[in-house]
Amino acid sequence: MSELKPMSDQVPASPERRRFVGAAAATAAGLTIAPGVMLYQVAHGRPEEQAASSAVRWGMLVDATKCATGCNDCVTACSTENGWTPVAESKHPKQAPQWIRKLELQDPLTQMETNLPMMCQHCAEPPCVDVCPTGASFKRADGIVLVDRHTCIGCRYCMMACPYKARSLVHEHLNDTQKPDVPRGIGCVEACTFCVQKVDRGDGNTACAEACTAAGHNALLFGDMNDPESEISKRLRELPTKQVRVDLNLNLGVRYHGI
Amino acid sequence: MAGKIKSLLILGAVVLTTAALAWAGSDTRPKASGVPMPVIQKAVKGEQCVEDTDYMRRNHMVVLDQHRDKVVIEGIRTKKHSLKECIECHASETTGSVAAAKDDFCVSCHSYAAVKIDCFDCHSTKPQGSIAMHSLNAETAHYKHKLAAQATSKVSVEEMAGVAQ
Repeated sequence: MSELKPMSDQVPASPERRRFVGAAAATAAGLTIAPGVMLYQVAHGRPEEQAASSAVRWGMLVDATKCATGCNDCVTACSTENGWTPVAESKHPKQAPQWIRKLELQDPLTQMETNLPMMCQHCAEPPCVDVCPTGASFKRADGIVLVDRHTCIGCRYCMMACPYKARSLVHEHLNDTQKPDVPRGIGCVEACTFCVQKVDRGDGNTACAEACTAAGHNALLFGDMNDPESEISKRLRELPTKQVRVDLNLNLGVRYHGI
Repeated sequence: MAGKIKSLLILGAVVLTTAALAWAGSDTRPKASGVPMPVIQKAVKGEQCVEDTDYMRRNHMVVLDQHRDKVVIEGIRTKKHSLKECIECHASETTGSVAAAKDDFCVSCHSYAAVKIDCFDCHSTKPQGSIAMHSLNAETAHYKHKLAAQATSKVSVEEMAGVAQ
């Protein structure tokens, strides 16, 4: 019988990865710049002149067992961060953009209720990118699926291709109500961006996950799925998780536990 | 016969030229007075633009075009050629925007040159932090939250079928 190998031998980590992890751990600590003022550098803050890298894959773990009935904090936080009008306040609710939405599901047989937020699943093989006729729909190197509004013609093929109904079209002029960090406008398709403006700033978290943690539910966990030391990777190793419509083989960036 | 046609053609040309000259001469105003000259407001912040003023006047669109692809596709968010930084310095003191009034920095030249700006269909014309009166600000967020909560309805089986199966 062969002896068991230690875990570290089975999963060889490259020296670059080791160095990166070490440096990340060092910079994650706070730096005091003045009494009472701390400057934090998050592990994934990259220099602004450095492009997003495929060494990182951003992902989210949704723990549906912790997602509270009636709570809508993630949706509110998303609309506040990204400047879209919530459906309840829209003049045309059926046309209103929804970057994230809360679903309350009930099993018709057992009456069991499940709560979960549904948004862009940031597929590794996104159907929206496959169908886009102009190349506006694309996947960034770090796994975030985005729409380049400069090339989007608003044809909505991607909305039809998306199995998760994650995308919306902006039907009306927004009349300069956009956030400076989040350009969005009429005639373009849009969806959850994993708060790309926050990610690039080095926040390392999304508005929805921050709001969920602030509300004490901790149902949303955002992080780098490629980094074996990240919180999300650790949790994904421990928890049984599912991908919605796993049969489509899209390798989703959003994983659900408890559905 | 050919000579007659030729002389007729020459006569016609002379008549038309005279008429055209007379029509042009009847407008005695200088040509530029019909279009209001652009008002170029000095940037509120900063002393010097990121590139020479002459270069920026001719090439700002090229600079912005190259920068936007780097930002959106690659995620390289350098500040130097960012539209956000342009707005940061050039927003008018009165309107707080680069494109709200006809004398604002971007609009003033663009209406003189008759070139439509598409940037502000999507991009905010105001610098960061000036949108305190935005309808979704922190003061009203809790109220919006309540409104949104009321709207949450149970998803029907048919609707869910589209998502789950």
